[in-house]
Amino acid sequence: MAGYTGLQARALRWVGLVPFLAFTGLFLILPTLYIVVGAFRTPDGSFTFDNIVGLNTASIRSAYWVSLKISFLSALLGCSIGFAMATAMTLGGVSKRVKGPLLTFSGVASNFAGVPLAFAFIATIGPAGLITMYLRTEFGINLRMYGWNLLSSWGLIITYLFFQIPLMILIITPALEGLKREWREAADILGATRLQYWRMVALPILFPSILGTMALLFANAFGAVATAIALTGPSLNIAPILLYAQIRGDVLGSPNLGYALAFGMIVITGAANTLYIVLRLRAERWLK
Amino acid sequence: MNRFMAWTAIILGCIYFILPMTGMVEFSLSMRRGVYSLDAYRVVLADPVFQATFSYSVIMALFTIAFGVLLVVPTAYWVQLKMPEIRPVVEFITLLPLVIPAIVVVFGYIRLYNTSSWLPLTGSVTGTNILLMFGYATLALPYMYRAVDTGLRSIDVATLTEAAQSLGAGWLRIMATLILPNVLGAVLSGAFLTFAIVIGEFTMAALLDRPAFGPYMQLLGANRAYEPAALAVIAFAITWACMGLIHMVSRLSKHKRVSH
Repeated sequence: MAGYTGLQARALRWVGLVPFLAFTGLFLILPTLYIVVGAFRTPDGSFTFDNIVGLNTASIRSAYWVSLKISFLSALLGCSIGFAMATAMTLGGVSKRVKGPLLTFSGVASNFAGVPLAFAFIATIGPAGLITMYLRTEFGINLRMYGWNLLSSWGLIITYLFFQIPLMILIITPALEGLKREWREAADILGATRLQYWRMVALPILFPSILGTMALLFANAFGAVATAIALTGPSLNIAPILLYAQIRGDVLGSPNLGYALAFGMIVITGAANTLYIVLRLRAERWLK
Repeated sequence: MNRFMAWTAIILGCIYFILPMTGMVEFSLSMRRGVYSLDAYRVVLADPVFQATFSYSVIMALFTIAFGVLLVVPTAYWVQLKMPEIRPVVEFITLLPLVIPAIVVVFGYIRLYNTSSWLPLTGSVTGTNILLMFGYATLALPYMYRAVDTGLRSIDVATLTEAAQSLGAGWLRIMATLILPNVLGAVLSGAFLTFAIVIGEFTMAALLDRPAFGPYMQLLGANRAYEPAALAVIAFAITWACMGLIHMVSRLSKHKRVSH
């Protein structure tokens, strides 16, 4: 080793990182950058904002809007229901035997997304699904008459909840278990009611975790392509399906507009995930 | 009252989860009119396209796992041993696939590695397969890296390496006989999760036009009634098996550590 200068030794330390940096550079960062740069370029390569401005058409606007709505509502509902179930499981005095199986199931269900998940819901509340048929034959209720359609925004939201709720349960359970018994006792001694304890102690501590997880669930729903396509085909106009159609066959009639569409998706999921990471760091301050 | 509400929340939640499972299973058994039968499964399993796409995805999953392990274990080891100050950067990069939607990454692939580019991977079948495998590896990267990094942190990498080196072991030997066995549990957890992700993946395979299991399921779903439900049951069983194996592995490696 005597022959090495300090500089050489330092350069040598980077050698072990070369495969990793080469791989992530070529197959993760460069492709993404290509899209981002393409969003700000004309077909002949000069800089422009036209593509971003070009996103402002009725059809693309509505695709983003419906996507945002679906993602937001499925995140909100996923958070609320997941929180209720996790609280019931950890603090609600429910039998301890519930916790293990529910957590295991959550691990499975949060990974059970995509095409098969869509099939499960089609078989259940689709036009010929289990519940649809049962209600029709036993009670004469035709869900379609009441405006129910699985191939719609609400159909997607209800389907997405199948992986959103378990994800919330998985992330929030450690936070709930981190609530110290002493805080509760301190509040009790000071004469706080149950509601006051939740409003002034527990929820403020949990708030960053809850909001952070909601951001994560939002990004999760926003990027879900497979479930949406398997459920609705190309019929529903939402951002990921529009991008999918654009990649397959340039439906927008301009490749650079396609890049702008993809760039918009990165901005939205990027913002949501950044929010998640920031809030998570905040949450960890209390829960150690 | 409170316990009553807690039970209500749990039971309502469970009903929501059980109904689609029931619907899926019931539908998959109803191919023959009037009686329950395994016809849908029989038809699916006998379909040569099912066999071809399913084995294609299994092979892709195995390659992805092998590639992921070869990439992640040495990197995580090197970062731990030589450049701990760079860990935040590496960790950030490994989390990027969670931030960038898969559809955007594969969009970039198609434009960057097409037939007229400097690296025309999509020009040949093998090239596209490799590209898809790389795509899967990025999808699995966050989980794989986290698992292996956690595993490495629980052992004293520096001391082990020095001991091995003073006994004359080279890098390859250190990796294969020292580091890998020590993080085997973590690697296996990452591997099973990778398997679960790859086996049903749709977006990347469909956009790269590879005959994988995910696009096959989607196609069948658009054209058939009962077979898709059978496929969903099979896919769910695979996910469940992978998660079960992860549980088992983590439990086993914990036992081993305690008995040391």
